[in-house]
Amino acid sequence: MRGGTAMAVPVLAELSALEKTLGLPRSNKFSALAGERLIPILQTNEGPRLVGLVTIASYLVKQAKREQLLGTSNEERAAVQQWLEYRVTRLDGRVSGEEAGGVLRELSAYLQDRVYLAGNRLTLADILAYHGLHQLMAALPLHEKERYVNVSRWFSHVQQYPGVRQHLPSIVFLKNRLYA
Amino acid sequence: MKLFVSCGSPQCLKVLAAAERAGLRREELQEAGPEDPVVPFLNHPRLPALKLDSGNVLFSANAICQFFFLSLGEEPNDSTNQWLEWEATQLQPVVLVALYHHVVQGKKGEEVLGTIRKQLTYIDDSLAQNGKPYLTDDRESVADVVLWGTLYPLISDSSCFLEELKSFQRWFQQMNLLEPCIKAVEFMLKGKGCQVFKSHLQKRPFPVITLEKPASDEPEDGESAEQIFSEEEIAAAVEIWMRGTAACPKLHQRQHPILPLDNEKNILITSALPYVNNVPHLGNIIGSVLSADVFARYCRLRDWNTLYVCGTDEYGTATETKAMEEGLTPQEICDKYNLIHTEIYQWFQISFDYFGRTTTTHQTTIAQDIFCRLLERDFLLKDTVEQLRCERCQRFLADRFVEGICPFCSYEEARGDQCDKCGKLINAVELKRPQCKICKGSPVIKSSKHLFLDLPKLEERLEMWLEQTLAQGDWTANARFISRSWIRDGLKPRCITRDLKWGTPVPLEDFKDKVFYVWFDAPIGYLSITASYTDQWEKWWKNPQQVQLYQFMAKDNVPFHSVVFPCTQLGAEDNYTLVNHLISTEYLNYEDGKFSKSRGVGVFGDMAKDTGIPADIWRFYLLFVRPEGQDSAFSWNDLMLKNNSELLNNLGNFVNRAGMFVHKYFEGCVPEMELNREDKKLLLHVTLELHQYNQMLEKVRIRDALRYILNISRLGNQYIQINEPWKRVKGIEEDRKRAGTVTGIAVNIASLLAVMLHPFMPSISVAIQEQLQAPRDLNLVAGGFMCTLPTGHKIGMVAPLFQKLEAEQIEALRKRFGGGQLENGSQELQLKTGPKPEVEVKAAAPLGDGARPADPQKVKELTEEVMKQGNHVRELKAKKAEKLLIDAEVTKLLELKKQLSLVEGKTLDAPTQKGKKRK
Repeated sequence: MRGGTAMAVPVLAELSALEKTLGLPRSNKFSALAGERLIPILQTNEGPRLVGLVTIASYLVKQAKREQLLGTSNEERAAVQQWLEYRVTRLDGRVSGEEAGGVLRELSAYLQDRVYLAGNRLTLADILAYHGLHQLMAALPLHEKERYVNVSRWFSHVQQYPGVRQHLPSIVFLKNRLYA
Repeated sequence: MKLFVSCGSPQCLKVLAAAERAGLRREELQEAGPEDPVVPFLNHPRLPALKLDSGNVLFSANAICQFFFLSLGEEPNDSTNQWLEWEATQLQPVVLVALYHHVVQGKKGEEVLGTIRKQLTYIDDSLAQNGKPYLTDDRESVADVVLWGTLYPLISDSSCFLEELKSFQRWFQQMNLLEPCIKAVEFMLKGKGCQVFKSHLQKRPFPVITLEKPASDEPEDGESAEQIFSEEEIAAAVEIWMRGTAACPKLHQRQHPILPLDNEKNILITSALPYVNNVPHLGNIIGSVLSADVFARYCRLRDWNTLYVCGTDEYGTATETKAMEEGLTPQEICDKYNLIHTEIYQWFQISFDYFGRTTTTHQTTIAQDIFCRLLERDFLLKDTVEQLRCERCQRFLADRFVEGICPFCSYEEARGDQCDKCGKLINAVELKRPQCKICKGSPVIKSSKHLFLDLPKLEERLEMWLEQTLAQGDWTANARFISRSWIRDGLKPRCITRDLKWGTPVPLEDFKDKVFYVWFDAPIGYLSITASYTDQWEKWWKNPQQVQLYQFMAKDNVPFHSVVFPCTQLGAEDNYTLVNHLISTEYLNYEDGKFSKSRGVGVFGDMAKDTGIPADIWRFYLLFVRPEGQDSAFSWNDLMLKNNSELLNNLGNFVNRAGMFVHKYFEGCVPEMELNREDKKLLLHVTLELHQYNQMLEKVRIRDALRYILNISRLGNQYIQINEPWKRVKGIEEDRKRAGTVTGIAVNIASLLAVMLHPFMPSISVAIQEQLQAPRDLNLVAGGFMCTLPTGHKIGMVAPLFQKLEAEQIEALRKRFGGGQLENGSQELQLKTGPKPEVEVKAAAPLGDGARPADPQKVKELTEEVMKQGNHVRELKAKKAEKLLIDAEVTKLLELKKQLSLVEGKTLDAPTQKGKKRK
């Protein structure tokens, strides 16, 4: 039952999904601090509890021995770190109205010549950014999706990546332009 | 690689420090204007930025710092990750506001630092808790540089209130002295302070986002969190509620002797064995027995197969000495004090399954068996030791009877076995300027033959075991830290024998006048006490496959339980159950000072009941201030405050109102409930709090768990306040229905609270359940928040649960126990244990009389008389006057005290406790 309730809090659901993505046995129990921003907690066996989405997600990746998802070179690792931070500082909590447009514009500009957020492979940064943008993308009208075409392309690619989407509904993107 | 920085942009400071540390060359550094669009895709120009050789750009200051640390091969870990995330999400936004206030608006001092006080306190607490010079380790990590860089511009200007944040201040100053940090500051600020940021900050929009309350570590009131509840989640909570108790498993009947069972969670709980010759003080009680009791009660509530044992540790010199003092045999002393301990713990409602003692034949058998096994396996060494002997007292001095200067930290009052200040273990002969504590004479060193446990030989096994156990078990941070530092310092052989009579005899011909040293002997007490409880004790103690062992203690006891005793057990090679979870508290101080057994400072276990404050209130307050993570203090005022605000106004008020509504408006029967959306959200919110409560207790975070109980009653109070059932009940049909629903849900929350309270306040828990006629034999905490009192359920009589503590009453108590009358306190202690049974001291006033205001004049007179008489008794004792005479005067003193407490109206005892005392 406890798993049942935990599942329904978005950020906890996200961590549970990540566990599945990583192929971890679902042995971790997540909880969250209530507050105006919901901060997840994981009580590990080895030591003090871990607080924060990025921290816990990185821990899970290591637990699953999938460290390459955190980047392989120093440069890639720093870039993954940067986009994870972007997720929790820029995407979380302020994805409505003009602010949302700003984020999409920024990401679209960045993704213009890229397939993934960091390096040339899927990383944890893509997975968490995908989760962080899902709600926003789902609500985006078609013409907006077209306007931020690079984000749409990236998003559509990531959601089709095996194991990433999990419980989230698939979002439809059109390949041909309607409004151009 | 090129690093772009701007002196006007505050986030550049940390990056410069990290770059400097990684040896970035000057030509790789480029200054830019703060508004230069170095990173093309960003909406707002942002510096610093690091252009990498690949052409990629990093624009996050923290990621850039991380990059420089990685380039030095310094890997991030969970701890640095967490700090970086916290810094980015919690600290940076508020620092930006504070900086804006300071630089742009010219605000000063508290107006600026007040904004970030909470964050600074959090850093301070974390530093104090991890006991390391830096945030994550013994040297600076990326976390230190990142936090320092963000805070420096603000803190370097003003340090007014930082004095209270000692750990933070020490850390900050340490950081300021690091070479890379000095250079970064020179480069950025050029001696001009944070005015350099002014133009940049002015151009930014006023940072409003951060006006929201900073997210805290403690869950706050419900409303803010509710928007995040999703539909599925609400539906799940409603389903559990609707399911009710029908599907709820019954708690098993506990039958003694409790033994481990196949396919069950078998939990063995011990609390540190209290030494017999002293009355335990509040610090001892919260440190071990009470903490263990909460956990034991919780385990039983979860229907886990649980055994909780403890007992008095009775052997040793201290007992011998005490016996001499009182003209009794050691056995008589032990009998007497064992009874005192038993009574105190009974009063505090400590739910031992068995409370035994170490002076039993089981102790001898088991201790000698372990000894022989160690001897056979060659884990014992023989050696001659130098020992302190006081010629004047004609005896070898036990460690606790020597005092001197600590050889490690030069603390002046180090004990013979351990220094209270630095915590290091000491060999009594190593003390500088040793002194016999009894006669104050200088002892001489004499030699005597002794046996040693060969710890170095066992070290490897210990380390293997400890590594594995620490990875899997719930050990408090201090327990981990102390154990690791012990191993790091290397183990030395430890003497296990003593020149004494009062102890477990060493079963060897040439040691026949010696006994085992208490530290070797006492932990074996856990086994022998269990053996006194059941002849099948080995099912608990030689069964590591099936049993999870939780041991509770204060931090000074950690090495004996995590290093020394496990070595004994491992060396004996008999498949012993070793500690899986070690839960140690920090110290509880008394008001501003220390509790001290030897000096008699503070409230002692047997006095708590004489205050007239019920045991459950003591339990609550001690658990509320439980020294988890860092030392805490008992304070009379705080006790009053917590009683009146948390118990009376929050918890008691809620439970009472809920019950009263049912009683007054619905003829004592739970009304019909029709849940609307708000109710459903409340169900979910309560469920989430309950979930946290469980999680905390599973990890033995006792104090934290208590907070969730109070959160739920706060939610309940809000709920009643918003819905005003007392008004609606008088309204139209629809309103009346609504009043019914709200009342029904509220009274069910009260019923849940009763269950959750059980580990903390057992009497109150039962009282609520009796008032509500709520079920008591169900496993109710694990399943979530369900409707336990369905429509039509008849509740019993409702009565207030708590009483207000008045300032005068508390003031009188503080005077009675406080610093000024310490000697009086210890005197009292001796009197209580005298021939007069103390039950007669106090006539229990009827419930409800407690808060009667006292007549101050009368109190004053009596207090003076008590003091006078106390002094008189003390003088007689000091003069070694006739016992009869002393007894007569003692009787007078007791009579006076009785009068005083009657006048002060201190007897608040619930009537249920009277019977127990006279058992």
